[in-house]
Amino acid sequence: MTPIKAHESPVSENGAASGFNSNLPVLVIRPSHGWVSLKLRDLWEYRELLYFLTWRDIKVRYKQTVIGAAWAIIQPFFTMVIFTLFFGRLAMIPSEGVPYPVFSYTALLPWTFFAQAMNQSANSVVVSAHLITKVYFPRLVIPLSSTLSPLVDFAIAFMVLIGMMFFYHIYPTSAVLWLPAFLMLALAASFGVGLWLSAMNVRYRDVGHTIPFLTQLWLFATPVIYPSSLLPGPWRIILGLNPMTGVVEGFRWSLLGIGDAPGGMIWASVGISLSLVATGMIYFNRMEKTFADVV
Amino acid sequence: MSDIAIHVEDLGKRYRIGQREAYLMTLREVLTNAVRAPFRRFYSTVVEPRKLSRPSSDNSYIWALKDVSFDTKHGEILGIIGPNGAGKSTLLKILSRTTEPTEGYAEIHGRVQSLLEVGTGFHPELTGRENIYLNAAILGMKKREIKRKFDEIVAFSEIEKFLDTPVKRYSSGMYVRLAFAVAAHLEPEILLVDEVLAVGDAAFQKKCLGKMGEVAKGGRTVLFVSHNMGAVRSLCDRSILVDQGHVLLDGEPAEIISAYLSEYVSSANCGAFNGEIFWPNDAEAPGGDEVRLIAIRLLGEDGRPKSTFEVDKSIRVEISYRVKRVLRGMRLNLGLMTLQGELAFLTTDHQFREEEVFPGHYRNLCTIPGGLLNIGAYNVGVGGDIPGVKVLLPFKEYLTFSTAGRGNQGSDCYPVKWPGVVCPKLDWIIERIR
Repeated sequence: MTPIKAHESPVSENGAASGFNSNLPVLVIRPSHGWVSLKLRDLWEYRELLYFLTWRDIKVRYKQTVIGAAWAIIQPFFTMVIFTLFFGRLAMIPSEGVPYPVFSYTALLPWTFFAQAMNQSANSVVVSAHLITKVYFPRLVIPLSSTLSPLVDFAIAFMVLIGMMFFYHIYPTSAVLWLPAFLMLALAASFGVGLWLSAMNVRYRDVGHTIPFLTQLWLFATPVIYPSSLLPGPWRIILGLNPMTGVVEGFRWSLLGIGDAPGGMIWASVGISLSLVATGMIYFNRMEKTFADVV
Repeated sequence: MSDIAIHVEDLGKRYRIGQREAYLMTLREVLTNAVRAPFRRFYSTVVEPRKLSRPSSDNSYIWALKDVSFDTKHGEILGIIGPNGAGKSTLLKILSRTTEPTEGYAEIHGRVQSLLEVGTGFHPELTGRENIYLNAAILGMKKREIKRKFDEIVAFSEIEKFLDTPVKRYSSGMYVRLAFAVAAHLEPEILLVDEVLAVGDAAFQKKCLGKMGEVAKGGRTVLFVSHNMGAVRSLCDRSILVDQGHVLLDGEPAEIISAYLSEYVSSANCGAFNGEIFWPNDAEAPGGDEVRLIAIRLLGEDGRPKSTFEVDKSIRVEISYRVKRVLRGMRLNLGLMTLQGELAFLTTDHQFREEEVFPGHYRNLCTIPGGLLNIGAYNVGVGGDIPGVKVLLPFKEYLTFSTAGRGNQGSDCYPVKWPGVVCPKLDWIIERIR
């Protein structure tokens, strides 16, 4: 039994260095200062956890509901019906030559995805407090899985769009090949926003209260109900600073063949989305180390 | 190969205490601050959040861990003991990377998995089967590994029949069994275990401890935080005692546990006396004109007074008293009572005495052998008389002590409370007659 004095290391500097077995992975734990690396390799190591968490979110979403995954259709579909009645019929908002239901539903698809992904990922870290305080894994996995899981709802709701396009005899051109790119843009936008909001939410729970309101405002700032052509040219670039503008316009262009081919507005959206992801990752990583103490 | 698995050097972790946690400022406060001092605010929230924390001289900070240094060899099971709030869990949290240290550093050689809680990430809506996969993935197992061990995990948990039932319908026992089954099948080189064995029934705990013993024999390193002294003693090769963020002692589990029990548990649990009572003023001491007590002390095998003993170690009761007159046929009685007031036994010095006792200062020593008492607490009562003639010292309870450790009838690795006021270790002969 040896009493240990403070500042006394049981092993001398040399002893510590030579005593280690070299073929084992070495993990060094020390306080991090300044800019830390994004630890993307760590994220890759934990890709299976990302898969399992996404799978859990999907599995659990419609447990103990009567109509189950039909909820994925009901939300955008009935929103479309209401939009058609109020904005299409009553307010006579132009829809660039395609029937208003298809016009709005095509936009509602990526919008619903974005809103869901943003909502879920913003709360994801706080909701996962029990994991964060007990187990180590790259925290980035949490908002990422919350961004990915609404993709399933998106896929289900997409089936309805295919049905509607058949119904209205609208057939896509080769531009539809661009659709995955716009979906990626939607993913990037929601992931970027989700990163910022989820990390902020850990410290400032105000974020949680802001989100329903933010979602509503954002919907009107996005050309879901109206076409962006309603606005004069220069204003469209400003509209494009909202990353979802590029996504919605891109969806309409690639699926319905309306609107302009990707131009300045969409590039603005791409730029904004990518910078949201980049800055979001940096912010998230900087906050990450305090999550377990603060959440 | 003298290889070190974990090297910890001057590790420290500081927490801020109190409600005004800078991190929990509301957005409104941040925004008003932002208006007042835009640059400073930006700098402290975005660029360098740590700068928010003022230097450590501020007494609204608390060091949960400070200057902690130790090494662990590969294949060693290190038990970490200490009172509540000593910093044991903080240490494990830092080593498992759930939280960052404020200073110092640690090097870990090998794959680490931590078990700070069983059932981390269990989702009530998912079935047992699904939760095995989810929980195992969260604890760091690869999918292939989980598939390979799946049947073993199910068998260990004993819940085969309910594998496809959502865990929210499980009894708490089933839930814990499933959770531990997953945890028990982790196979890292280094395992960090917090107080997780406090759950589940005794039989299952025993099974878990057995499994942990296996893990250890497999040459893996285990850091084991526990209040279960029996488990620490039977599982660990070495033990450290942590208190107030410092490592106080480092050495053999048995020694560290004894030191811990006498230093901490006694004063906390067993009242004001700490194994010792004395009456400096003779006039106020119990007794009368013939005999008065001076002191009663409960001594461990090391000769130090204490009030918590290990059940398999002997206890020496030392009774000092003054005899004031020549007495004929006097005796002292020593009795142990349960806390419910039931007499466990009464013992007397009668047959060891001379016929006549002369005035003077006396000391009686009575040894209660190890392996006699049960796990629990006892009151010590002392009385004296001349049988059939006179009561010299009314029988009264003066001290309380408790016994801990593994009982005689308990299993090898877990202290099971056995019924009965005593629990003597007796000889059994088992013969097959035909």
